[in-house]
Amino acid sequence: MQSEKKSGLSLKTLFRSALDAMLIPFLAILTAVVLGGIIIAIVRGNPFLAYYGLIDGSFGSAKALSETAVWATPYIFGGLAVALAFKGGLFNIGAEGQLALGATVSALIGYALPGWLGVEIPTIIHLPLAIIVGMAAGAIWAAIVGFLKAYTGGHEVINTIMMNYIALNTISFLLNGPMKDPDPNNVIARTPLIADGARIPTIFEGLRVHWGFIFALLVAYLVWWVLNKTTLGFEIRTVGMNPDAAKYAGINVKRTIILTMALSGMLAGLAGTIEVTGLNYRHELGFSIGYGFDAIAIALLGKSHPLGVVLAAILFAAMRNGATRMQFLTQMPVDLISMLQALILLFVAADAIIRYIYRIKAQGERVVLTRGWGG
Amino acid sequence: MAKNETAPIVLEAKGITKKFPGVLANDNVNFDLRKGEIHALLGENGAGKSTLMNILYGLYHPESGEVVVDGNRMQLNSSRDAIKHGIGMVHQHFMLIPVFTVTENIMLGEETSHRAAPNENPLVRLDRKEVAQRVRDLSHQYGLEVDPEAIVGDLPVGLQQRVEIVKALYRKANILILDEPTAVLTPQEAEDLFRIMHDLTAKGVSIIFITHKLKEVLAVADRITVMRAGRVVGTTVPKETNEQKLAAMMVGREVILTVQKGPAKPAEEVLRVENLHVKDVRGLEAVRGVSFSVQAGEVLGIAGVQGNGQTELAEALTGLRHIESGRFMLSGKDLTNKPPRVITETGLAHIPEDRQRHGLVLSYSVADNMVLCDYYQPRFSKGIVIQQNQVDENAQKLIKEFDVRTPSAFVNAGKLSGGNQQKVIVARELSRPVKLVIASQPTRGLDVGSIEYIHKEIIAMRDRGVAVLLVSAELDEIMSLSDRIAVMYRGQIVETVDHKDATREQLGLLMAGVHAAA
Amino acid sequence: MDWKRFGFILLIIVVLFGIVVLIGRTESTPIIIITSMMATTIAVATPLTLGALSGVFCERSGVVNIGIEGMMLSSAFFGWLTAIYMYHVFGFGQGISIFVGLLGAIVTGMLMALLLAVLSVTYKVDQIIGGTVINILAVGLTGFLNRQMFFGQGSVFGGEIPNSPGTLLNVHVPLSEVLNPICGASADCVEIVRALNTVLDQRPIAISAIVLVFVAHYILFNTRWGLRTRAVGEHPKAADTVGINVVKMRYANVIIGGALAGLAGAYFTIESVPSFEPLLTNGRGFISLAAMIFGNWTPIGAWTAALVFGASQALNIKLQLFREVIPPQWAFLQQSYVVGLIPYILTMIILTGIIGRTTPPAADGQPYEK
Repeated sequence: MQSEKKSGLSLKTLFRSALDAMLIPFLAILTAVVLGGIIIAIVRGNPFLAYYGLIDGSFGSAKALSETAVWATPYIFGGLAVALAFKGGLFNIGAEGQLALGATVSALIGYALPGWLGVEIPTIIHLPLAIIVGMAAGAIWAAIVGFLKAYTGGHEVINTIMMNYIALNTISFLLNGPMKDPDPNNVIARTPLIADGARIPTIFEGLRVHWGFIFALLVAYLVWWVLNKTTLGFEIRTVGMNPDAAKYAGINVKRTIILTMALSGMLAGLAGTIEVTGLNYRHELGFSIGYGFDAIAIALLGKSHPLGVVLAAILFAAMRNGATRMQFLTQMPVDLISMLQALILLFVAADAIIRYIYRIKAQGERVVLTRGWGG
Repeated sequence: MAKNETAPIVLEAKGITKKFPGVLANDNVNFDLRKGEIHALLGENGAGKSTLMNILYGLYHPESGEVVVDGNRMQLNSSRDAIKHGIGMVHQHFMLIPVFTVTENIMLGEETSHRAAPNENPLVRLDRKEVAQRVRDLSHQYGLEVDPEAIVGDLPVGLQQRVEIVKALYRKANILILDEPTAVLTPQEAEDLFRIMHDLTAKGVSIIFITHKLKEVLAVADRITVMRAGRVVGTTVPKETNEQKLAAMMVGREVILTVQKGPAKPAEEVLRVENLHVKDVRGLEAVRGVSFSVQAGEVLGIAGVQGNGQTELAEALTGLRHIESGRFMLSGKDLTNKPPRVITETGLAHIPEDRQRHGLVLSYSVADNMVLCDYYQPRFSKGIVIQQNQVDENAQKLIKEFDVRTPSAFVNAGKLSGGNQQKVIVARELSRPVKLVIASQPTRGLDVGSIEYIHKEIIAMRDRGVAVLLVSAELDEIMSLSDRIAVMYRGQIVETVDHKDATREQLGLLMAGVHAAA
Repeated sequence: MDWKRFGFILLIIVVLFGIVVLIGRTESTPIIIITSMMATTIAVATPLTLGALSGVFCERSGVVNIGIEGMMLSSAFFGWLTAIYMYHVFGFGQGISIFVGLLGAIVTGMLMALLLAVLSVTYKVDQIIGGTVINILAVGLTGFLNRQMFFGQGSVFGGEIPNSPGTLLNVHVPLSEVLNPICGASADCVEIVRALNTVLDQRPIAISAIVLVFVAHYILFNTRWGLRTRAVGEHPKAADTVGINVVKMRYANVIIGGALAGLAGAYFTIESVPSFEPLLTNGRGFISLAAMIFGNWTPIGAWTAALVFGASQALNIKLQLFREVIPPQWAFLQQSYVVGLIPYILTMIILTGIIGRTTPPAADGQPYEK
């Protein structure tokens, strides 16, 4: 604390605190990678070749880089969704359902709206509309949980999980029924392709990376700005840190809880929406499975800081993207990545273990989410 | 009062040193206790009394020094060891489980102690009947009536304290440590406790009595040891000392025990409360038809033992708790059940009872905490964008003005001492243009320096023509600050008296629900 | 359990059973439908009951466990894998392989619980994050090993999943044998006894779950262990001052909880079906938690709540069974997804507290700092 005495925000202290914040996640990743290598060796793989494949597959060429960015896009949105909720003292395990719902609804707008209206809709209207409606779907879905938390005390952890199952079951019903791609050759539960007007253009000819990635970076900055520079962000953080003090300070705690969940759900909805309008051009059942947990891992690894979330999302994206190359080179199943990510998360969550291994002194505050169950 | 000075020493602490990160809590402390005496340990909050007791009870382990019980050097690794050596402790915050019965609380940890051989089988069946009978026997023997089948959470604090004492006796304690036992009692209940303490010493029990209240020490102790800043300052006996001397030993300088203030100049009515009814957390009626008013330029003190509705009253008036019926007005504006922000904006400053829970966000900087209630005002925000420069400037100004001891405005509030945390709150609340100050337990747990400072600020507010509602369980604080004193008992104001006419005895009786009118 | 909640449980069960009786009335007699529905309810409620008991032990000692789902999933996988290894690689008999598989599942649950205890008790990680780590780890671990063990390089199974040695079998309770002589010549009586017998004839884990409910109740409320466990969950400091080792008690109870979750996991792959698929627990660990909350952190309360969830799941199964004969006005229920949502919606309703509020142990979720 000594260095803060003179002025609050010299560049040096800023740099040092950023370095401090990144130290633990970095060491957590390192430890997980070493442990992962040992596991690979145990199942008779070559860890060096596997990691080479992972890196080569994710950063080794323009195409690899493009694909990593493509993977990273929904991860950034999802990670931001969970991180924002964390800042507000809420645990949104429901990013998966909100994402899937956002994707489904924006796909519906994307393929069906021109038919309903009977006209071709220009991109300038159609694309924003598809995105906004998808965002709204995610926001409403999460806001229901926020409402239950604020007014009945029903714990958001269980409620978001329940809402996941309700969303996924409903979407499964829709994609197998009313919204199923009518193509006679189609046997998959998926929607028809969306209209050209509802698609996000790619950045480079011949590569799949689209403007949604840039958009995600902008949204990350926006989330940081709202959280740290605005009265709304102050309110969200205060409620997250100490709801009693927030109430005392005249903040409408119930409204803030609902709003935080809605914003979080909106970001998760964006993840799904951008995936539909920028990449797949349709929604397909099963595409969203696992995203919710990945988003939590990314938010925790990124210490709920938007910049950290972006970096963590790119790391996770690189791992997913590079996994295919790794499998090709070493016959290690792609699922290895899930385990590696679980290990990273384990060490980030239990940073005390990392501090113990590398003899680093504890500092800073911890997240407090467990405030008793509702009911 | 003086007991036999040749009685054997039953407990001795020699050269105890205990460090916590950044604090030397006990510095080479020596302390002894003779059989059958009441030895008071006196000191300010943070002087190291509780640390020493936790060491004697095996909860903390000292860096150096030793504990001798009945002439044998003891290794106290856990409270279990202390209990084995006949040491019992009644903590300031009772160590009772509210949802358990009295019997269950007492038997916890010694479920089968009545058997000859200790039986550690975890699946042994609880013999509640037998333990209840032993509790009854102990109650009779020591005159500590308590119902073994009652749920502890339903008992008044006075009875809960008895349960704690019986719990220690059940464990065959002959050395009893009482940590601030009178903090939650009415003066009458405290008298009762002193009687019990004397009965116990007559039966051979030795008692360590920890407190910061000078009057009590002089009334009951056989010997007095004073601690300050982790060290023992000295040991004396009641007849060789007085309040002034003890206070000087405690604080290390001459202390003015009364607050300097001129006569009040009450002006127009600021707060008017009419027939207020409020429920507590459990849904029981805690405030039952309270009416009063506070004028500009006066301090109205609400006296009463904790748990008689004062907390709920303060929360209702600050918008934190729902009002069932009745109403209250601030400057003529009806603010019943209005959100806290509306009340604040009408002109309320609130120093909350629990500063860490309500008053501060501990992980925020001092600067952010100083705008906790008005971050959105044009002074600090343009539209929705917070102007950090203004926030920081405001903090620099207030830190200087209110003498907040902090390394900088950017340090987390959680890193400050209790006294400085309270100063952050006082600075924030009293620097706003307000008409009414509600101060709930404003000096609880603070050191004497901070207490004096906050008392001075409260009187300064009064003299500036602000109405002050002071809620405090410390009778001394109420008597020295208030111009009028309203006594609350079981959710009602039993009487309001002028401070010039008030006596401790009269207030004590009122706090126990006895009308002095008779 | 207060009357409001008891009435609610009764009402839901009556409605669910009523629907089945109505739909199946052309196929079978009400008594047969009801008893077969009861049998299915008890069977499918098994993992929920055990999961809820797991939660009761953890949370009564003050540790929130949202990792039950992950504990169940990994136990289901490793129990099954153990059984397969015993049978195919080590060449043991069917019975022994299944039994060792069961033990493997329980041990897996205990190890996962140990991890939770290390995180939340020793390292004081936020307990909800700790539980989430368990859940994510379980998905990653089972997904990876499921692929690696059977299809990976040098797998002893050479690229295919072999048959498991099978499942635990029904235990026959000799109710008919005892009661039939009393019935004498009455055919109705014999029929009722036979139907009741089908309810009781459950597989071993299902039966042990019910026994464990009452054992857990006895332990929690009538023994030294229970008193200390509850003390540690309500007011750890108070327990500490009377010489109870808070850390030890929490570790032990979390590991007991892990064993119960492990048994729940075994239900899926050792008792119900002899196979494993990724994510097979499908949220039942979380529903267990809702049952625990609704049951006010008591074993018997949690069990009755688990039975409600079981009944709604049983209804879904019966609807598939009666697919051919559903009257047109009930046809919408055929869309199995509608009925499938009942447990989730029920959980959310319960958490609102409209059907009676419940109180968690006072120190639930709080790490103990001296």
